[in-house]
Amino acid sequence: MSEDRPAPGRHLRLEESYSFSSPVIDYIQHAAEHGLYEIRGLGAKRQLPSFDDLVFLTASLSRYPLEGYRERCETTTLLGTRFAKNPVELNIPITIAGMSFGALSANVKQALGRAATEVGTSTTTGDGGMTAEEREFSRTLVYQCLPSRYGFNPDDLRRADAVEIVIGQGAKPGGGGMLLGQKISPRVAKMRTLPEGIDQRSACRHPDWVGPDDLVIKMNELREITDWKIPIYVKFGATRVREDVKLAVKSGADVVVIDGMQGGTAATQQVFIEHAGIPTLPAVRLAVEALEEMNMFGKVQLIVSGGIRSGADCAKALALGADAVSIGQGVLIALGCNSPHYVRQQTEKIDVTEEYHRLGTAPGYCHHCHTGRCPVGVTTQDSVLEQRLDPDWGATRVKNYLKTLTMELTTLARACGKSNVHHLEREDLVALTVEAAAMAGVPLAGTDWIPGRS
Amino acid sequence: MESVTTVSSGSTPPQVINGQVSLDASRYSTREINDFLHHQAALLGVKQVRILNPDGQHNLAVGLDLPVEVEIAGHAGYFVGGMNKQAVINVDGNVGWSVAENMMSGTVRVRGFASECAGASGHGGLLVIEGDASSRCGISMKGIDIGVGGSVGHMSAFMAQAGTLLICGDAAAALGDSLYEAVIYVGGRIHSLGADAREEPMTPQDHDRIRQLLRRAGLERDSRNFKRIASAKSLYHWNVEADQEY
Repeated sequence: MSEDRPAPGRHLRLEESYSFSSPVIDYIQHAAEHGLYEIRGLGAKRQLPSFDDLVFLTASLSRYPLEGYRERCETTTLLGTRFAKNPVELNIPITIAGMSFGALSANVKQALGRAATEVGTSTTTGDGGMTAEEREFSRTLVYQCLPSRYGFNPDDLRRADAVEIVIGQGAKPGGGGMLLGQKISPRVAKMRTLPEGIDQRSACRHPDWVGPDDLVIKMNELREITDWKIPIYVKFGATRVREDVKLAVKSGADVVVIDGMQGGTAATQQVFIEHAGIPTLPAVRLAVEALEEMNMFGKVQLIVSGGIRSGADCAKALALGADAVSIGQGVLIALGCNSPHYVRQQTEKIDVTEEYHRLGTAPGYCHHCHTGRCPVGVTTQDSVLEQRLDPDWGATRVKNYLKTLTMELTTLARACGKSNVHHLEREDLVALTVEAAAMAGVPLAGTDWIPGRS
Repeated sequence: MESVTTVSSGSTPPQVINGQVSLDASRYSTREINDFLHHQAALLGVKQVRILNPDGQHNLAVGLDLPVEVEIAGHAGYFVGGMNKQAVINVDGNVGWSVAENMMSGTVRVRGFASECAGASGHGGLLVIEGDASSRCGISMKGIDIGVGGSVGHMSAFMAQAGTLLICGDAAAALGDSLYEAVIYVGGRIHSLGADAREEPMTPQDHDRIRQLLRRAGLERDSRNFKRIASAKSLYHWNVEADQEY
């Protein structure tokens, strides 16, 4: 018997430290080895108070429900009714969030556009400009105006159905974009006016305006250029939500987009993803209160994003006062992100577990979007890998996902007795935890207690 | 909808004579002036537009996409000539922030001084500022050429990606911070260079480039007196050893 084994019958005691747990030890070892923070994709992985901590008080004797398959439940959603001559009209209150060409391949952009058009919702460009593919395949396309202004031009602006001024995003509020060299393909480089293969850092502040006083004038410039036709959205990551929403509204926003800390990214510092911003749950409530305090609720529309996954999440966001939700990571997962295989010719499953292992991860755990080596061909610019995402198959998958969410949303709305999903209200919700009750501003289940209010 | 001044607010339409038209900004709103430039000028065969009494208004002559000459007879506010394509826009006065921001083509000329962020994120065309420009001149530029007759403020050409910034006078602190492929020429004194910007030897090609730009900009200077500033490219890739001393 070797010396390092415990003697027979002797108890081996493995007590893990909370402060220095296995992941913490791993983090310190990584820092010591590389001398550089970790960069990764997707959003916050830590457990947070979320929409899971809320439940609906659906109808029974005190409220009438609607018949599930017979009585209509309206889902039409209007965005940008404040100043725009042509507000955005969507069939469903579930939109596809801004993700750049560069982070995603052209095939993915095409699949998203086709799926969104079939179900009647919008897609959004990202930090890298508008591709011909996404304009062609998206009936309703929101054009982002970002600090980098990569590929930003007046022709695409006039071709857009709305413009979204991006102040920040939930994964990294206060941070700029990042795209590592392996994803700066020749086409991406040309669109961004950058040399191929460089590690691209984009600015965190806009180049031509600074504070909210300037933003008023900037918005008017965009309105003048587009002849006041299209709505202007203002998007930011959730931090000081009440103040930021008020400043955006004061500056003239038609639509405010709030992205909670669960929101994803293609690449940023891990420390940013997990330690900056507030969860989506309190962000919705703060944004709604800000609009109510300005008497602008219902006049300026609110889109909520950051970790929206299911029809239940959509319903809860709407009940708290959002007009629509926006989904990024969910649609990527629908396209096969974190699946052990990709699908060839609609049916043939090709296992790529080994390629996940080579990235140092496994299906279900991957956040290696920043490497450009996505095993299922979603977050890549590699000419071989990107072929793994068949746009026909992808469009069907995303369409199915969005349809499922819509059915779940209307199921809950009908059960609450609502003939329109926008009639869902705060009074339909209670919280399962004290934290969620305080953050969402709804009573703890079985009580009339809202911590901090009553 | 909240109230917005629209084109049909009852003003009498401007008179076009021999392809020339005058728009009095004290009579027409910015919306009406831009609407005229976007939708009516081309149809009416307008070649020259004179905007009177601009009085520092913002967003004048933005989003143009036609070969027209616009003369702004006085000072203009923020974003004048923003996102311009094709048009030649002259401002006979000073301008506010972000003149010719994101310009694609054409020419914007300021006969006076410019405030901050002149030519920000410009993709093409020529911006000339005959006087001084304030801070962040040429920030994020992506192919535009900018000629400044006077001096520029701090952080000019920050993260400039492509194009040429020619400064006849002095440059304040942190010139060319985080430069990509844009090139800066400075005739006067440089207070300090920003991270990753460095002075490089002048070549005959640089002298040609300066002469051409001086000629296009109508600036009379001796091309031999300029220094060349470009990127050292040490920020193009992550560098563990850099110790954040950027």
